[in-house]
Parts: sequence; structure tokens; C-alpha cells
Amino acid sequence: MRNHGNADVSRRGLLLGAAASAALTATPRHGQAMPADADVPSAPHPGPVPIMNPVMNRVSLTVNGAAQTLEMDTRTTLLDALREHLRLTGTKKGCDHGQCGACTVIVDGRRINSCLTLAVMHEGGSVTTVEGLGTPAKLHPMQAAFVKHDGYQCGYCTPGQICSAVAVLDEIKAGIPSHVTASLTDAPQATNAEMRERMSGNVCRCGAYSNILEAMTEVAGQKMADQQNGRDPA
Amino acid sequence: MRPFTYERATSPADASAKAASIPGARFIAGGTNLLDLMKLQIETPAHLIDVNGLGLDKIEETPDGGLRVGALVRNTDLAADMRVRRHYAVLSRALVAGASGQLRNVATTAGNLLQRTRCPYFYDPNQPCNKRQPGSGCSAIGGVSRQLGVVGTSEACIATHPSDMAVAMRVLDATVETVRPGGATRAIPIAELHRLPGDTPHVETSLERGELITAVTLPKPVGGAQLYHKVRDRASYAFALVSVAAIVQPDGTGRVALGGVAPKPWRVEAAEAHMKQGAKAVTAGLLADARPTDDNRFKVRLAERTLAAVLAEARG
Repeated sequence: MRNHGNADVSRRGLLLGAAASAALTATPRHGQAMPADADVPSAPHPGPVPIMNPVMNRVSLTVNGAAQTLEMDTRTTLLDALREHLRLTGTKKGCDHGQCGACTVIVDGRRINSCLTLAVMHEGGSVTTVEGLGTPAKLHPMQAAFVKHDGYQCGYCTPGQICSAVAVLDEIKAGIPSHVTASLTDAPQATNAEMRERMSGNVCRCGAYSNILEAMTEVAGQKMADQQNGRDPA
Repeated sequence: MRPFTYERATSPADASAKAASIPGARFIAGGTNLLDLMKLQIETPAHLIDVNGLGLDKIEETPDGGLRVGALVRNTDLAADMRVRRHYAVLSRALVAGASGQLRNVATTAGNLLQRTRCPYFYDPNQPCNKRQPGSGCSAIGGVSRQLGVVGTSEACIATHPSDMAVAMRVLDATVETVRPGGATRAIPIAELHRLPGDTPHVETSLERGELITAVTLPKPVGGAQLYHKVRDRASYAFALVSVAAIVQPDGTGRVALGGVAPKPWRVEAAEAHMKQGAKAVTAGLLADARPTDDNRFKVRLAERTLAAVLAEARG
């Protein structure tokens, strides 16, 4: 396990304190007449519930091959667990609402938005972040292809783009259809249209899309060549 | 986000009983919609019951030739299941038209049905909204309502149900299976799952407090050309302005449901008697009671034109 320094703890404490005080000063509900909840059994708000203190929970998971056990506020998203607790800051926080894809990581073999899942929901799970795909000395083929094809400008969305791109090629290989797949019963191919559609959950404000596609096309081609040669693609 | 306690459910009945008895309890499955709303404090559960470990993630054939889809089957897996692709193509097509790859990998079948509206006023805690804060008023009526509902709406709420999947489920006559807090199970026709807003737009479904969806069952395949057309502001990863789910048989008869226009998947069986007469006649029946705003009046024509395109494609 990593050693979390004092600065880390105090920063976390400060954030928790801020969140708690914000909750306590939240605007009360309007005084307008409300229908009695007794008449509406499935009402999403069954009545005022007191705001409680932060609740801590322990979670054990594997991140980039290393076992980790963390004691965290239940509210901690997987994204914040990676960035703020494990100091894996390659994964980026963009919108924090699942709209931009900058936080994309691969959990148990599938790409997901790490901002829209709680860390505590991943007990026993296996997480791969951009740091776990390759190293500066030995880049993952997709990382190398992004460098070669200039698949970024500012780079902020890039870790999410790369994690997504790796998973997209796996999804195509697994035969998962997309919105642009012409025939639902045929195996989808790594075409330009397929990759564009499948990457739509990753937004790049610099507009590096065409270069990202070139990088993906190159890796998809390598994968096909490797399969034909009987080699296991990376 | 407000603090909350967290537990993993041990059985569907246990989850349901706890959800009914613990104040402020909510189920969490994929969490892609719930956590989004919790960050905005639109949802403020005091206790989360994680149902992901309940094993409700299988797709099984039923004795009468249909499919029983577990509540926790992820959208990606449902769309990719070869039985669904072959025999319920409208469902695969609707699923892959929704959200992004990352979200579909997490979002569940039951969660998709129970997702909340994306009305911008529901999402803005500074604005009155009868759905978020009953009795506070509707900002959407007279506000920016281009995305919002044209039919089935009320004076209290014009929000739409945002799901694509549910529109296909409606046209397939799916049944929602649940367990209630006492442990009893029941089957709810999908047409009766979502309620129209009336005076209580915060009551969105016919589920009781604590009632847990365990599966969605599809009747045996009905064949036909199965199509889902979604019209939206961008080519991908956007909610529908209008969507059409259709099953068209070789003799020209069939079924149609609309998405993006109403507080629930919108189907009027009587309108389907006009299938052979074409899109204009069917849409007239579907949207006979439409009360669009100036902002979203275009959806009435758009629905007709989208259905016309679907019928043309079905004829081949």
C-alpha cells in the first residue's frame, strides 16, 4: 500500500469539512404545499431525512496489477480514489458527470466513466488506468500510435481517449454491435465510421479526432496482422 | 454529495425490505444516473443499497419461447446478445442508439427504465420544478422547451422520459418483474410501469416504495422488420428529439412507439390499425392529444416524417 503523507490527510479532511458545511447550509425546501406522500407510495423523496456525518468504508481492489486497500468516505468516486488517494493523476476529471470521457478507465475488462461509479462498489475489482497500459520506456501500442499520429493537442482528454480506444478495439473484436453497424448479425469491422461512433463518449476540445482515428486505425491494423500471424496482440 | 451509509444487498427480498424500511434508502445498480443526480443534490439518499451482487445478470429463454432479461444485465450485453440481435432487433438498435459505450457498459436494464428525465429545469436546483420539488411550479412551461414533451404532459410537468431502450421494450410488449417488501412478486406490463405526470409529476412509476425490479421479460419473437430511428441534435451521444421504434410485418401491419415526445414510451395501439395507410394516419392517431409548446411544435411533424422513413425502410 502507498504511504499517504500528512499533507494528503489534511487536504482530504479539509475537503470533507467543506462538503459537510455546504450540506448543512443547503437551502431548505420551498414552503409551497406538497402532496401528502402517503398518497404516492413511489415518491422519490419520502420526506426529510437528516443530513448525517461522513461515513467511512473500506474497499480492496487491484489497480494496475497492485492490490490496494483504502479507507474512504462512501461518497468517493472511483475517479477521486484513483487521483486523490492513490495519486494516479493520469486519469483526468473533466466534467465529473459522465459527459466528456476524460475519466475513462478499464474495470474488469470494460471501459467505464470512473466519475459515475463509487469506489466502494468495486470491492475485489480490477482497474487499469493509463498508467497501467504502458510505461514511458515501454509504451502500449495505442500510446505509441497516439504519439506517432499526434492524437492530442493539450493532452487533457488523452488518457481517457487512449483507455477508450484500447477498449473499443476489444469491443469490435468481441463482436459487440454499435449504432452504425449495418447488420446486427454480422461481426462489426474496425472501420472509420465504427470507431468514430464508438468514441463519441470521449470529447476532445482541441479537435484531435482525425489524428486519434489514424492512431486507432494503425493499432487495429497491427492487431489484425498479429492475429493472422498467430501472435497475441498486446 | 450528501453523506450516506452503504450496504451490499444479500437477496432481492432483503434489498426490497430494507429499501422500504430504512429512511432515505435507494437502490444503486449501475449508478450512472443516480450518482450524476446525487452530485447535484437532486437525489439525496441517506442510505444506498448496492444490488450489483444479486446475480440478476442473466438472459434466459422462457418456457413460452421468450427471453427473461435480468434487471442487472448491462445495456452493452443486452444489445450484443445474439438472441436479441436476431429476434428482437428493435431492442438492440434502441440500446446502441443510447448514451456512450462507457455508459452502456455500466447502465443496467432496470436502471435504464427508472432513469430520471433530462429536463434542464429538473437538473437545475435553482429553478422551480414540480418533479424535483412538488408544488414549486414548472419552469419548462413557458421556458426553453424544445427538447420536452408534446403528449401525455400536464399543467404541472412537460418532461420526457429519456430512454431509448424503454421505447423498444414498449413496442415489444415487455413485462417488468418485481419483488415487493413482503417478498411477494408481481408482473407489471411495461405500459403500466411509467405514470403520466398529472398533478404528481414526482411520482414516476407504479412501483411501491422498496419494490425492486428483478427482470424484464420479452414475449416470444413476433418477427417482422424491426427498426429504431432516433433523430437528435448530434449524430451520436445525445438524447432523442424524436425516436420511432417499429415492428412492420410483411403484410404492412405492425406496431409503433415513440420516444422523446412524452413522459413515457408513447404507444397508442388503436393508431396501429392505420399502419397500411401510412405514417400520416398513424401519427395522427398517436399524437391526436398532443399539446406542444411553441418551442417543440416541430416534433409533431418530425415524428410523422421519421415514421415515414421507417416505413419506407421496412418496405425495403
